Amino acid sequence: MKKLSKNTLNGFINYALVVVLFIVFQILASAKVLNNSMTGLLIPICCYVVMALSLNLVVGFSGELSLGHAGFMSVGAFGGVVMSTYLSNAITIAPLRLVVAVMFGALFAAAAGVLIGVPVLRLRGDYLAIVTLAFGEIIKNIMNCMYIGRDSKGLHFSLTDEASLNMEAGGVTIVNGPMGALKIAKISTFASGIVLILITLFIIQNLVNSRAGRAIAGIRDNRIAAEACGVPITKYKLMAFVTSAAMAGAAGALYGLNYSTIVPKKFDFNTSILILVFVVLGGIGNLRGSIIAAIVLTALPEALRQFQDYRMLVYAIVLILVMILTNNEKAASFISGMVKKIKAPKKEAKA
Amino acid sequence: MSENIKKREEVKLVSVPSPYLVPERNAGKGLVLEANHLGIDFGGLTAVDDFNLGISPNEITGLIGPNGAGKTTVFNLLTKVYQQSRGTIFLDGKDTMGMSATQVNKAGIARTFQNIRLFDKLTVEDNVKIGLHNSINYGMWQGVFRLPIYWKEEKKAHDRVLELLSIFDMADMADMPAGSLPYGAQRRLEIVRALATEPKVLLLDEPAAGMNPSETAELMENIGKIRDEFGIAILLIEHDMNLVMGICEGIVVLNFGKIIAKGTPSEIQNNPVVVEAYLGKSHDEETADQGDDTEAGKTVDTDKGGSSRNADAGKKADAGKGKNRKKGGRR
Repeated sequence: MKKLSKNTLNGFINYALVVVLFIVFQILASAKVLNNSMTGLLIPICCYVVMALSLNLVVGFSGELSLGHAGFMSVGAFGGVVMSTYLSNAITIAPLRLVVAVMFGALFAAAAGVLIGVPVLRLRGDYLAIVTLAFGEIIKNIMNCMYIGRDSKGLHFSLTDEASLNMEAGGVTIVNGPMGALKIAKISTFASGIVLILITLFIIQNLVNSRAGRAIAGIRDNRIAAEACGVPITKYKLMAFVTSAAMAGAAGALYGLNYSTIVPKKFDFNTSILILVFVVLGGIGNLRGSIIAAIVLTALPEALRQFQDYRMLVYAIVLILVMILTNNEKAASFISGMVKKIKAPKKEAKA
Repeated sequence: MSENIKKREEVKLVSVPSPYLVPERNAGKGLVLEANHLGIDFGGLTAVDDFNLGISPNEITGLIGPNGAGKTTVFNLLTKVYQQSRGTIFLDGKDTMGMSATQVNKAGIARTFQNIRLFDKLTVEDNVKIGLHNSINYGMWQGVFRLPIYWKEEKKAHDRVLELLSIFDMADMADMPAGSLPYGAQRRLEIVRALATEPKVLLLDEPAAGMNPSETAELMENIGKIRDEFGIAILLIEHDMNLVMGICEGIVVLNFGKIIAKGTPSEIQNNPVVVEAYLGKSHDEETADQGDDTEAGKTVDTDKGGSSRNADAGKKADAGKGKNRKKGGRR
């Protein structure tokens, strides 16, 4: 049971880290240390942290490269926004409506995850990566020509144009094709983002340390051996994929409800890659790393605003440096040596 | 000829309505694993052909043969890593046709691998717990929300893991990553993991490979102990003849994908066909080729059904190849 307690301890450190970050950012924001644009980034940061954590479940624990993660975020974002607008009269309490919208976002994304996962998870490695990339683009393009409106009769859907929604006079178009969702009631809050991160952490950490999580990790380490142990491969790959998609959908809903307009183009290949960068940079299979990488890399472009034209150049250099420093053995031993030197005097002082 | 085949012939054969190529099968004896006319082709190459084998519950059987004889392919067929091109496999009376590797494991067959396949990044305990996968009873959400059943089942699994590991005195290694274990311990862990799936038949692919004589002796003792304690049948591939002759009750010799001999250890040791397969024949014997071929043919063919006609043709070609190789390589 010693190992279990070590894992539990690691989990609690992650929860504590998130809570501490929440308090720190809350204080910084209320003390006006953060400028406006930084304060505006707090909720997107939460969304990206959830995205990175959920992608880590697929890439780190299930060991499959998925390049279409932004697609699920897109499904969740539009699903959540539509539900939120649809229920705006039925549920007047904004936080409750947010919870319901996020849950619907997760549900829609999970459904998309099942639809895509069943055919796609027969593939492995590079092939899977390519097909998930394609599916991410397909979702984006479907969203690009999706028209959803609402009138007294209920919701109307169309894939051609706004006129074909056939709404009564006074009907409201919620999603207007390439223009995206308009006039969204902004109901996301920083606190709700933190709660979503905590829920995501809770699900992933507990899943990984259970029977299902062991099966998922076993399939990653050795598929043939897992099969020979009686583990149904497709079921557990799908479980990881769909759980990950659902959490991405929840993050998407939170993200969508933070802006007054969102366009489908936002959730393209670049966003998928950005999230993958968070995961790889934070360490594949390392949840704490994903959290930190998502925060730093989302805030970095904002912090680098003073470099103006050279902003993306500096961003790229920072990425390269971090990659080298974390993956180079000499650099790693140098850093650990430095850490030891710093820690050693403290220990002596204690003794 | 060998005793086992004679025994099999005495048993009443009952015709079974089956869409597969086997007209009749042994229904008189309670065999736990039965392969009939098993064969597989990879493209034009026949890797295993007309492989017949019956294992009684609680029997230790050895599968031996020179390198490349198709021993591991037989294991892969029995555990459904490959689907057979011909023939049938009955596991405890159940036809395993069309089953996946996962299903056939649940039906009661477990194996180890020649090139060790552990879950390297997981701990020894988690490796065995994956073996216990199908005997742990709680679902994904019960695990996520840590309901009481999670704690109960995990405790039960933990105790069982330590119990299984203690067969090989490995309980103190439970927390180590499986990839960091020494070679011998990795092999033993594979056996433990296979046992955790509660098999009726355990297939061991070269369990003693890379072990020193004292480790091998210990392993022999443990294999016997496992058979007695778990009451299971064991089929093992091994090149260490001391181990094979020491613990196996029946031995099957495979060469070029075909069974060339079956029998007890002493019969096999004195069988000229087996000696030839391992050492090649002397120059004098080569002149009497014709006689040898017919003898080998008798050993293999127990039926002359339509399905074995192709096999016969293949066999002649194979035998020719074999002679060439022996002439060139080892005499």
